[in-house]
Amino acid sequence: MNIVIIGCGKIGLTILSNLVSEGHDVMVIDNNPDVIQETNNIYDVMGVCGNGVDCAPLKEAGVNKADLFIATTDSDELNMLSCFIAKRMGAKYTMARIRNPEYNDESNTFMRKQLDISVAINPELLAAHELFNILKLPSVAKIETFSGGNFEMIELRLRQDSRLDGIRIADMRDKFKSKVLICAVQRGEEAYIPDGDFVLKSGDKIGLSAKHGEIARFIKELGADQKKTRNIMLFGGGRIAYYLARKLAAAGIAVTIIERDRKVCDSLSEALPKAVIVNGDGTEQELLLEEGLMSVDAFVSLTGMDEENILMAAFAQSKNVPKVIAKINRDELTPLAEHLGIDSIISPKKTVANSVVQYARALENSAGSSMETLYKFMDGKVEALEFKVKSDFPMLNVPFKEVKLKKNILVAGIMRERETIIPSGDDVLSAGDSVIILAANQRINTLSDILK
Amino acid sequence: MNKRMVLYMLGKILMLESALLLLPFICGLIYNEDVSYCFVYTIVIAAAAGALFMLIGRPRNKAIFAKEGFAIVALTWILMSAIGALPFIFSGVITNYTDAFFETVSGFTTTGASVIANVETVPKSIHLWRSLTHWVGGMGVLVLVMAIVPNDTGRSMHIMRAEMPGPIIGKLVPKITTTAKILYLIYVFMTVLEILLLFAGGMPLYDSIFHSFGTAGTGGFGIKQDGLAGYSPYCQWVITVFMLLFGINFNIYYLILMRKLRSAFKSEEMWTYIGIVLVSTGIVTAYIYPIYDNVVDSLRYSAFQVASIISTTGFSTADFNLWPSAAKAVLLILMFVGACAGSTAGGFKVSRVIIIFKQIKANLRQMLHSRSVSSVKFEGKNVDIATVINVSSYLAIYCLCYIVVFAMISIIDNFSLETNISASAACFNNIGPGFDVVGPASNYSYYSVASTWILSAAMLLGRLEIMPIILLFAPSAWIKIKNIKKKRRVT
Repeated sequence: MNIVIIGCGKIGLTILSNLVSEGHDVMVIDNNPDVIQETNNIYDVMGVCGNGVDCAPLKEAGVNKADLFIATTDSDELNMLSCFIAKRMGAKYTMARIRNPEYNDESNTFMRKQLDISVAINPELLAAHELFNILKLPSVAKIETFSGGNFEMIELRLRQDSRLDGIRIADMRDKFKSKVLICAVQRGEEAYIPDGDFVLKSGDKIGLSAKHGEIARFIKELGADQKKTRNIMLFGGGRIAYYLARKLAAAGIAVTIIERDRKVCDSLSEALPKAVIVNGDGTEQELLLEEGLMSVDAFVSLTGMDEENILMAAFAQSKNVPKVIAKINRDELTPLAEHLGIDSIISPKKTVANSVVQYARALENSAGSSMETLYKFMDGKVEALEFKVKSDFPMLNVPFKEVKLKKNILVAGIMRERETIIPSGDDVLSAGDSVIILAANQRINTLSDILK
Repeated sequence: MNKRMVLYMLGKILMLESALLLLPFICGLIYNEDVSYCFVYTIVIAAAAGALFMLIGRPRNKAIFAKEGFAIVALTWILMSAIGALPFIFSGVITNYTDAFFETVSGFTTTGASVIANVETVPKSIHLWRSLTHWVGGMGVLVLVMAIVPNDTGRSMHIMRAEMPGPIIGKLVPKITTTAKILYLIYVFMTVLEILLLFAGGMPLYDSIFHSFGTAGTGGFGIKQDGLAGYSPYCQWVITVFMLLFGINFNIYYLILMRKLRSAFKSEEMWTYIGIVLVSTGIVTAYIYPIYDNVVDSLRYSAFQVASIISTTGFSTADFNLWPSAAKAVLLILMFVGACAGSTAGGFKVSRVIIIFKQIKANLRQMLHSRSVSSVKFEGKNVDIATVINVSSYLAIYCLCYIVVFAMISIIDNFSLETNISASAACFNNIGPGFDVVGPASNYSYYSVASTWILSAAMLLGRLEIMPIILLFAPSAWIKIKNIKKKRRVT
């Protein structure tokens, strides 16, 4: 596909590198020639230097023939305007990064319709959503939902004393009552889709999938404490904090936000009447302790500085806060944070890149477009995809034990009407089902790609 | 420096070279020549060395940075020439390795300077190999690799930038592999078109292929003692036009292909190039008119020679050594100008000349109005200051290299000033024939062994635009920084 991206910032570059590795023809426009040069050196893309709303660079980048146009500059208005122009010039689909909360409320749908923007991406909102899901189940590192929440998938790091240490996967059904499926394992740098003979070890990062509710029961069985989160402290009062606090407040959870900037505090307190807004420097340990760090159920660091986020998360960890999450933007720092014992890390740019890749892939096979959801697990090495089964699928109503699948492919779940099935050899796929596929180290575009 | 990756790429190149050598081998079989066996030896040697390099290399880390890009390009060209010289030795056409290396470098760098005294006795398969080196060297060996071998790193831009001539290298389409493919498709199409036009004009098929390969790469090897003088005026005009066409930036052909005629014909560089050609042809015609006493003939001769020199091809239809000094002076100046960036030609490049002149103009204005602010524009776009500085320093190093080459061969070989000036200019700018001893009717075999090596180096310097070769000898390109390696292992 021909894709044009405006703006090569953090988000733009992450999207770009994902799309390039998917094999798309990508053109980038940025107004800084040095950035263009650097991008050109690292990625196989073509750059045009110019303003994203100026027709000349847009024309030079071939917007009229673009299948997808993505505007990710740091200005919402510029993004909207350039999407509008691109659409008028002939781009098929447009995507704009729109972050300002004011544009994201009621006016969102109206504006998107008027400007003909296909998708509005809001990294902060997506990140807040992801955070909210993690906070609901505090003992996991990451959680994703499929099919409107009926099916869930989590990422979990096995601790030293975990009951799963040394267990063969085939024996799991006998030892645990809850029905969960271990669908992916990351050990060291490598990720696998394990078979029945695989033996788990502490230190592994595992991917679990199950029906909604089943995972919570399993975690209880594992013995990891499952105290409900009632009291959360947020360090940093940016946009993610705002969106997250709003969601948390709606769910009846007490939120304390620590923010340095007085003005930001004022506007936060205006927008979030239920939350406690503290004006102060969150890097002062005294302040955090005074505001009750020892008694909160979770601590989330969300400032714009990765280093501060990691350090304060480590500090909270050392004070035995049950759940600690850090926002990290620079990928290089993630292993460092994991080294310090911070398991839950969110990266807004990765979340955004995933949703863009998902959208691009869905566009690409628009003929039999059936991909509904795409998540990346295990540092992007494993993908979980949700498909709708169409009536032209060649292996319809054939039991799984007779279907030959490719290596490193797993059918993790089938949703039929309201029922969720964890498939065994006798189950079949029938038209109209939603099916969740896991694929390690490969790219799946359509459901038929899983067959040998 | 990622030495394994460099070695691996060199292995790939040698494999490609052994595949290329199959063509002259087949040609030898067709004409039933005894020398075809010499290609078999070379193919085996190249393939074995290539396989060995790829085996030893097997890089785990395929990252290519600017350093690796320069090193790969420079070493590729040296190695290709070293192996490519073997058929000349095996077949006995050239008896010593120095001359064989010179001949091959001259082929790959599309210079066309030859040491073979009597070209008409050389077997056809060897001739095909000579012209093939022109053809491949013209567009670039590594660009060819990119076009046909699947690309496994996103950073190959560093290689392309090091191999393609010109101050600003851009892609045609987002993917570098596709860009390389498009370039080669245009190249193949134009070459075939020329072959057909020459063949239709009564030139034998073998000769048309040989000369088309030479024109396409802007090389200039000959198979006749008198150059192209023996062919019909029609053929000479076809070659004149094609020499000029291959000196134009290939981006323009892509724009034409995309039907963006308006932006194609807006090219400042192309019009300047055409302007220089027209003016020079006019001047030369005026000066040589008394010799031929016929406007049509003098126009044909002068146009051919001007096109041949400015596109750095080096074919000749007349012994311009015998022309008046003024005409020769024009040709000497054209040697240094060269053709457009992004073409297969050598020389300093018209785009650089334009940028330099505009910069001089801006500087002069700055002197008169010391507070004025000015910017250099080229092709309707602002040229950033880094590019201007690059071009200026390239001019300096270009002059320096030329002077060093000229001084060295003058010290070693006691030929006339005219010979040495033109020989070093012709080699350095990848043209071929010079004046006097190295004139179009003569060859380079008179130079001593030492000078032959120096001129070989000059050709490589000229083709790769100096920097890659010089950087190859910069210690900091090879020194391993241990701390960096350690740090990588931790993360």
